[in-house]
Amino acid sequence: MSDKEMKIPLATGAPDDTQKGIRGVVVPRAEFASTAKVLKAEGWRLIAEWAVDERAAARSFGVYSAYNKGQEYILVKIEVPEADPTFPTLTKKFTASYRFERQIQSLMGLTPVGHPDPRPWIKHEDWPADAYPLRKDFDAGKSLPRVEGEYGWFRAEGEGIFEIAVGPVHAGIIEPGHFRFQAVGEDIINLETRFGYVHKGIEKRFEEMDYAGAARLAGRVSGDTTIAHALAYCRAVEAASACAVPKRAHWIRALLLELERIANHLGDIGAICNDTAFTFMLYQCAILRERVLRATRDVFGHRLAMDRVVPGGVTHDVNAAHAALIRKELDAIASEFERLIRIYEDNPSLEDRLYSTGILKPETAKEIGAVGIVGRASGQRLDARVQEIFPPYDMLVPKLTVLTSGDVHARAWVRIEEVRDSMRLVNAILDTMPEGMIKTDCPAPPSGAAGFATVEGWRGEIVYWVRFGENGSIERCAIRDPSSVCWLSIEQAIKGNIVPDFPLCNKSFNQSYSGHDL
Amino acid sequence: MLRILHQIFRTGVVTEELPPAEAHEVELSGRRLEEEVRKRFGKSLTIRFVDSGSCNACELELQAVNNPFYDSERFGIHFTASPRFADMLLVTGPVSRNMEIALRRTYDAMPTPKLVVGLGDCSVDGGIFGKSYASLGGIDSVVPVDAWIRGCPPTPSAILNGILKAVSTK
Repeated sequence: MSDKEMKIPLATGAPDDTQKGIRGVVVPRAEFASTAKVLKAEGWRLIAEWAVDERAAARSFGVYSAYNKGQEYILVKIEVPEADPTFPTLTKKFTASYRFERQIQSLMGLTPVGHPDPRPWIKHEDWPADAYPLRKDFDAGKSLPRVEGEYGWFRAEGEGIFEIAVGPVHAGIIEPGHFRFQAVGEDIINLETRFGYVHKGIEKRFEEMDYAGAARLAGRVSGDTTIAHALAYCRAVEAASACAVPKRAHWIRALLLELERIANHLGDIGAICNDTAFTFMLYQCAILRERVLRATRDVFGHRLAMDRVVPGGVTHDVNAAHAALIRKELDAIASEFERLIRIYEDNPSLEDRLYSTGILKPETAKEIGAVGIVGRASGQRLDARVQEIFPPYDMLVPKLTVLTSGDVHARAWVRIEEVRDSMRLVNAILDTMPEGMIKTDCPAPPSGAAGFATVEGWRGEIVYWVRFGENGSIERCAIRDPSSVCWLSIEQAIKGNIVPDFPLCNKSFNQSYSGHDL
Repeated sequence: MLRILHQIFRTGVVTEELPPAEAHEVELSGRRLEEEVRKRFGKSLTIRFVDSGSCNACELELQAVNNPFYDSERFGIHFTASPRFADMLLVTGPVSRNMEIALRRTYDAMPTPKLVVGLGDCSVDGGIFGKSYASLGGIDSVVPVDAWIRGCPPTPSAILNGILKAVSTK
């Protein structure tokens, strides 16, 4: 991220000097929403919103909103006095803030004034209402009592309308969450999701760790995206401590990132077809995915390459034999993959189930701030690899596949094209990777410094903002997995579909529960 | 259709012999189950899986035991949607506060005799997430456990070995 001055009309205020490598401004609390309005009119999108407890130093809380436009990012901060813990909601400008702000209210205890939905989020109804885990005076080690409470579900009434409740425990080997449908016959008229089941206090846990050790935790925010999460965290640390990562390390990180993308997309393509009972594709794709994981294990010593990205670089180098092994595997996988895609394209029963199912319209996708594969399948030309560029993406430009039909097929097809493109990138990385060190010592970030980073994981843009305390301790780590915004899309895309198509639609989004619940 | 058949024949059988378990991967809790029970489950085991708070890496590797390389079905192992049909409860993750009740209810809904296996380091003691306001730590804080399969995440072969060891008659 360059430090160049950005023209941001009206988003002016005191410069926030704690931000490293990114423009930050502090605006008066009353101007929080009007700033958002101006930024929206200028074409910026809200990517995240989070709160910080600064009462010890300033007798106030901080609420941050982060925006992106093209290759520029800006943080807008307001200060919220302890005596009046409220702030103006951004929901009227950006739908994405709907859950961000419910989360801020539930976990930090700051009330978004004018927010249409006061119900808690993440915190279930049996939590004490005044327990705010992200506040500094909250004792994280203490278990909380269960209290009586009720969640105000949306209701639909009328002749023939009935409800189907699914979860938290689901039929397959997947994560827990609750889906509540109102349906007439087989037609879904509304879906309400509720999550938080796998909330295990990750953001609070970060505050008990130091900057180096916490890379392990970042790698377990969402296990299927371990590389991208660890990388986003490490880039935030490196921004705050002004650590110059060796060039070769960047390239190996990109190699890992693309291998992770290939493995997950292969799994998803098979699983989407499986939900139309086309099990052939599931098993064929599972074979290809397994081969990627084994190649990863042979080179990096772990099937998912957990803990291989660390502050300052990476832990494992890639020698000539490794490069040959990856090339050979990918070549074999690529030819099998192309055979499978011909079968995919040829199959009328797949076409019947995947096309025009679960449509997320481009305008809806834009409205809710959808990113990554979900956004690109619905016309959003967004990819953190071209927004926050680090080597080798300055030389090896990813090809963005952007479709506008927004149906299950589009989400599958974006993945198919990305498997092809990531294979091209991996080969190009292996061809042109510079020699040199793979790791440098990353010093502890100075106390009070904050780092911000975004990385395009296989699902989409991951956002980290980390502020540090004394001796490399972590004061606050705010995480926004792409799931935090993209989960909103399933409720929109499912309307008008039939109940039996829900698993198929859901699989085509395949958002993370753990990355959302934290 | 011909393409599909052609691809199936081209692929052939990729299923591999299961390598023996590494000593550190599987840990039996010592809770005694009757020999007869283990014998009965030995050839046909139905598993109800519950994620009680994992990061989803264990789920990926558990899905992989169904892939053609590991083919868990050849050991008579299959996964069921209903706890009523399950012989074994397989649990990943620490137990989050928000999943405690669902986990206990799933266990209660299973017919006896029932086996419980914890999958992954978090299921032992909460792993990296530890114990906190949101995490109760290991799964034995909620349900009795017969065996743990260690790893972060355990490999598919470690998972299969662990499941088989938990039901083997020694």
